[in-house]
Amino acid sequence: MEFMIKEKIKQVKKGDQAAFEDVVAFYQNKIYQHCFRMLGNAHEAEDIAQEAFIRAYVNIHSYDDQRKFSTWLYRIATNLTIDRIRKRKPDYYLDAEIKGADGLDMYSQLETDNPLPEEEVESLELKSYIHHEISELPPKYRTIIILRYLEDFSLKEISDILDIPLGTVKTRIHRGREALRKKLRHV
Amino acid sequence: MNCKKEAVELMHKYLDGDLTKVEESSLVQHLETCEDCQKHFHELKRTITWIQSTEQIVAPPNFTQSVMDKLPKEKKRISYMRWFKAHPVITAAAIFFIFMFSGVFSAYTHDSQLIVSKQEDLIIKGDTVIVPEGVTVEGDLVVKNGNLRIDGTVDGNVTLIHGKLLDNSIEGEGLMASVGEVNGKIEQVDQVFEWMWYHLRNMFESIFSLGTV
Ligand SMILES: [Zn+2]
Repeated sequence: MEFMIKEKIKQVKKGDQAAFEDVVAFYQNKIYQHCFRMLGNAHEAEDIAQEAFIRAYVNIHSYDDQRKFSTWLYRIATNLTIDRIRKRKPDYYLDAEIKGADGLDMYSQLETDNPLPEEEVESLELKSYIHHEISELPPKYRTIIILRYLEDFSLKEISDILDIPLGTVKTRIHRGREALRKKLRHV
Repeated sequence: MNCKKEAVELMHKYLDGDLTKVEESSLVQHLETCEDCQKHFHELKRTITWIQSTEQIVAPPNFTQSVMDKLPKEKKRISYMRWFKAHPVITAAAIFFIFMFSGVFSAYTHDSQLIVSKQEDLIIKGDTVIVPEGVTVEGDLVVKNGNLRIDGTVDGNVTLIHGKLLDNSIEGEGLMASVGEVNGKIEQVDQVFEWMWYHLRNMFESIFSLGTV
């Protein structure tokens, strides 16, 4: 798959805009999901995920073919989400929390056709709670927890995406895990 | 073993797959005797399982299409523009260059006179410049608005602006091996962009060579 993407990127670099459509289609769910988990709501996630692809397109010539495209794309998306979190107005943040819409909003996005049986609704509540706790982590821990456990990147890949030393990734994932353990231990 | 410092540290190393055999057995040994650490370890593993239990989220419908609609419109010369964006220093130099030598385009389009950078020992026949056999041109050779045939030797780079390098091998005369020699790069400049590029690079090379002297 990475090979197919590399070929498409070559075409995009040559000026073939249509080739970029396949790249977006291939990564859209992953990048949207990443933004959603980082930001906690659908509206901002869509906005930032689109911005990530547009930035990737406009700056495609600064992408080094020798590296993994997904790493580069995740880096753009991650930086944009962190930027957005920093720029959030305090009142907006407060508002989002009082309504408790974060989690519910998220689960209205799930790809599911069947109505949920009762025990699943219960576990939905738990999942919503877990998601909420993740989204409460400071961004530098949240990013790593999401990349590692929800998007399955190795610690080395995370260090490439975030452009920070592997040792720092390890320190942060330890602290992130401990913070979540403390929050979830009584559930 | 110190619970807070060592045992918990080893648990995290275990979770990252960094535990050595020796560390693993000392952790296992500790866990067998320490209930607090057992609990801590269990909570950590449960936390990870829970984090991982959240579902996949899919992008809204028409996501790809709306990204495509928002991309800057593709133009024919967009690749040049992107190239310039990706190389801001050269772009700045190009703008500087255009202001400083704004005659460049008119020179490119209007001037069709044959120009050779040096003329000693060279033969000019119509629009063709010939480096005769046995003659060695020392240094770079630039020919503008004319073709070049090299039977002799050029000890330097050759640049052809609006012209071709003529093949001097004469078939059937067994002279294939005696073609002229260029001890440098051969470059042909035919397009406006290449022409600008050629000037820019010359400018850079002179700047850098000045800098390194
Ligand atoms: Zn202990």
